[in-house]
Amino acid sequence: MTVLDEKDRALLRLMVQDASLGAGALGRKVGLSQPAAWRRVRRLQEAGIVAGRRLRLDAAGLGFGVTVFLGVKLAAKGPVGLEDFERAVRAIPEVQTVEHVLGLYDYRLRVVARDIADFERVLRRRIMTLPGAGQVEANVLLSEERRPGPL
Amino acid sequence: MLDDVDRRLLRYLQGDPALAVAELAGRAGIGAGACWRRLERLREAGIVLGQEAVIDWAAMGYSVEVSLRVTLDKTQSRAFDEFIAGARTIPEVLEIQTFLGRVDVRLSVIARDMVDYQRLYRERILTLPHIADIEALMHIARIKSDESLPL
Repeated sequence: MTVLDEKDRALLRLMVQDASLGAGALGRKVGLSQPAAWRRVRRLQEAGIVAGRRLRLDAAGLGFGVTVFLGVKLAAKGPVGLEDFERAVRAIPEVQTVEHVLGLYDYRLRVVARDIADFERVLRRRIMTLPGAGQVEANVLLSEERRPGPL
Repeated sequence: MLDDVDRRLLRYLQGDPALAVAELAGRAGIGAGACWRRLERLREAGIVLGQEAVIDWAAMGYSVEVSLRVTLDKTQSRAFDEFIAGARTIPEVLEIQTFLGRVDVRLSVIARDMVDYQRLYRERILTLPHIADIEALMHIARIKSDESLPL
């Protein structure tokens, strides 16, 4: 495992806020030369710690006013069931994230929709018809806060 | 308002936020200057909020990820505020979401291993104020995580 020092953590904190910063700008903020910052960023990428970038969009401004988290229980379990379900659920454009979990539900889905009526359409036509889908629980997202984590 | 070209640009950028303007313009079939102006306009309108580095916490040694679904004691009028303020002080909490539904608040929590998780759960989570009930979903695998909007 890659051991991180304080400079690495400072770089990560900056990159989580703004991934478009170049090595020069990152270096200036943490007190490193451009090449030194570049080498550290590359090491963090190669170690898989920086797994990629994500574009931050204003979902509401783009007309997606509703986010719903669904807990989905499979009606029957088995390796074939999992694969079929995962392949089908991954292909639904309104489904933003899919996590396989252990507990009350088998899968946790993040679904985005224009409004509640649009969500109902997604739920009925896309989710309820998924192969193997059993009981579904829905919770409508009211607020969300992402924390920096232990950096 | 957005037109088809804007939506196309956002779709490509969602797929790869690191795309250079020239490359993006080529894919969208417009000139680099026009592409740059459109991106600038999307940023000024607050549609594009920025981009963030995605951290793989498992690669940093946090192998346990748990989704905690919390029901609060709503007879206490300050339950939400005080619970959330307490959750913010725990570095291992990555996400705090509030819901309309069976679950009131959800915390996404990471830990280095089960021993670490046990300490965190007993010493930091269970000591948060106004918890009426708590359910845990243990994260097994991430099937889809791009969080793209269906533009």
